[in-house]
Amino acid sequence: MSDLGRLLSDTVTRLFNDLVTKELIESAEKGVWPDKLWRALEEGGLTLPLVSESSGGAGGVWADAHTVVRAAGKHAAPLPLAETIVAGWLLGQAGLDVPLGPLTIAPGHRDERLRLERAGSGWRLHGTAARVPWGAAVGHVVVVAEGEGATPTAGGGTMVALVARGAAAVTADRNLALEPRDTLAFDGAPAEAAAPARLAADAVALYGAMVRSAQMAGALESLLEQSVRYATERKQFGRPIGNFQAIQHNLALLAGHVAAAGIAAEQAFVAADRGEPRLPVAAAKVRAGEAAGLGAGIAHQVHGAIGFTYEHSLHFATRRLWSWRAEFGSESQWAQALGRTVAARGAERLWPDLTAR
Amino acid sequence: MSVFHFELRDLPPEAEAFRDEVRAFLRETMGTRAPVRRARSWGGFDPEFSKRLGARGWIGLTWPKRYGGQERSFLERYVLLEELLAAGAPAGAHWVAERQSGPLLLRFGTEAQRERFLPAIVRGESYFAIGMSEPDSGSDLASIRTRAMRKDGGYVVNGTKVWTSNAHRSQHAIALFRTAVVPDKKHEGLSQFLVDLRSPGVTIRPIIDLAGSHHFNEVVFQDVFVPEDMRVGGEGDGWKQVTTELAFERSGPERYLSSIALILALIDHVGADPDPRAAEVVGRLATQLMTLRQMSLSVAGMLQAGQNPNLEAAVVKDVGTTFEQSVPEVVHALMDLEPTIDSGSDLQQTLGYLVQRAPSFSLRGGTREVLRGIIARGLGLR
Repeated sequence: MSDLGRLLSDTVTRLFNDLVTKELIESAEKGVWPDKLWRALEEGGLTLPLVSESSGGAGGVWADAHTVVRAAGKHAAPLPLAETIVAGWLLGQAGLDVPLGPLTIAPGHRDERLRLERAGSGWRLHGTAARVPWGAAVGHVVVVAEGEGATPTAGGGTMVALVARGAAAVTADRNLALEPRDTLAFDGAPAEAAAPARLAADAVALYGAMVRSAQMAGALESLLEQSVRYATERKQFGRPIGNFQAIQHNLALLAGHVAAAGIAAEQAFVAADRGEPRLPVAAAKVRAGEAAGLGAGIAHQVHGAIGFTYEHSLHFATRRLWSWRAEFGSESQWAQALGRTVAARGAERLWPDLTAR
Repeated sequence: MSVFHFELRDLPPEAEAFRDEVRAFLRETMGTRAPVRRARSWGGFDPEFSKRLGARGWIGLTWPKRYGGQERSFLERYVLLEELLAAGAPAGAHWVAERQSGPLLLRFGTEAQRERFLPAIVRGESYFAIGMSEPDSGSDLASIRTRAMRKDGGYVVNGTKVWTSNAHRSQHAIALFRTAVVPDKKHEGLSQFLVDLRSPGVTIRPIIDLAGSHHFNEVVFQDVFVPEDMRVGGEGDGWKQVTTELAFERSGPERYLSSIALILALIDHVGADPDPRAAEVVGRLATQLMTLRQMSLSVAGMLQAGQNPNLEAAVVKDVGTTFEQSVPEVVHALMDLEPTIDSGSDLQQTLGYLVQRAPSFSLRGGTREVLRGIIARGLGLR
């Protein structure tokens, strides 16, 4: 880890430990925006780790941002920190300035397309994006869209645009963890800024899947820590349940999945810094998703009935895992995409590709 | 408790340059070997291949030059191993000698033992077996009963070892014997020995595996004399030495690549434009390979840095063997395909071989249950 990565990791962990309490998450689930937490993150330079220092960011790389995103997942921080980080990076890719305040990204589904059309000297955005994270809570939405007359590039002739959230018609919805997932309809919404970028048309789904995989890796760490702690504290038959081999082996299995999801996610961020994240992101989303289902199952089994109550905090991690594994593309979708690429390249390329740097 | 930490590792440039050399060698020596033969991997016993590898200087790559080694890094050895395994090279003859016996002698052996045994291992001419398990001692290894009693400048050994792979075609074994019975302290009084398998009193009988192959043996010791200078390490230090040896062999690429020949045959079989179900299966298999390689490499990096990643290594072996064991199951679930021995497609034959082999993946070198116990201890549960 770089010095910056370590600094960001220490800062964000301290801040989450202090501010992301059970009460805060519960109030966010009732729709209260955690303003104090957001301001602390912004003042700590944690919302824009990839933006250059001259533009008010931390001037880091994805490998540094990884620690922040993972911590946000581990602590179930109820705000669009991962989305803001991706949004800031997308704006940077198009050479656009990054505004203050929380940001989100759209469209998150591989098949959704938004379109920018010229209007005088500016651009207007058309189309609808479903289940946009924190769509109604943010100040701005950063979109990757097809641009009228944009010159196709290696990335696909896309444009990045910054649109005020107020310019979209919002239909509110939420995921299993009661995080806002709102549909935004852009019917000629004016872009505050827009510029071409060398990004694939599904760049939001791709980088969204990357950050979700790291958030899942963090939530899985939380499951393991909570489960081990509970197994050493809870007594039945006169001894801690963690003394029983059946429990020990399930937690060992969980530890393996946590480790695998963690390294897969980190690998995706490192690959993003090298400019070739597509296959590692697919693998990370698949691996974290597999671990999510199994890990949530083990954690709940170990916790018994108390873990099934709203009063206990286990569900802050498990409900997020159940939603996050499906957001920005499910395991099956990413596995198919990865499998098609592997098959098209053929068996003899598999090992050389796996070991390529 | 601590969540195990796996740090991502990059291989150094010299290791990547070495990879190209190894690939060129394998293209030349392996040719168009059928998938089902590649599936044997380090189960394949081929002295000619071992000698060719030895002639390149690729056995004992990290060992001191004075014993014939190359003094190259553990990460270069890692690259060599993963390339051999990915290609399904028949590395079985020298496998144990290079992976366990030689390193054991380097750590605990005498100078005379190193000078005598290591150069022949390096040449690919000297093969070793491991004498640990006994008829009544499997996972509970410390309960072994084969006795080595002191006598006239050495020891006299009586007892029986089982599951001794390749004893019938190896010159030596490194065996764990009981040199003292310490009441209620079964981990004490154990010692390791270098045994010449042609010694009088050694009887080697085949144990045929479920598929009809002979690699296991029962090795009976009846008043076998082992000279004192063939003891490895201190008398009574056997348990400490053996657990070190087992820890070092847990996290290598052989713990997740055992079914790669089947994965490659499957990709060939489904073709360049697979249906969505087949694409998903291939994608999930590729995901596990990518992830396990990073985990295994991470432990290799810790070993190279002189750290002690025993717990992480146990995690890699548990996750890795579970994966390699699952591959035949995944192929069965995907397609209407009968596993075969003598007929059928490459995929059918490879499936036929590996489905019969897979139960051993989570047994050899320490069972899944033993590993999960080690991991649970690392989590603070034991």
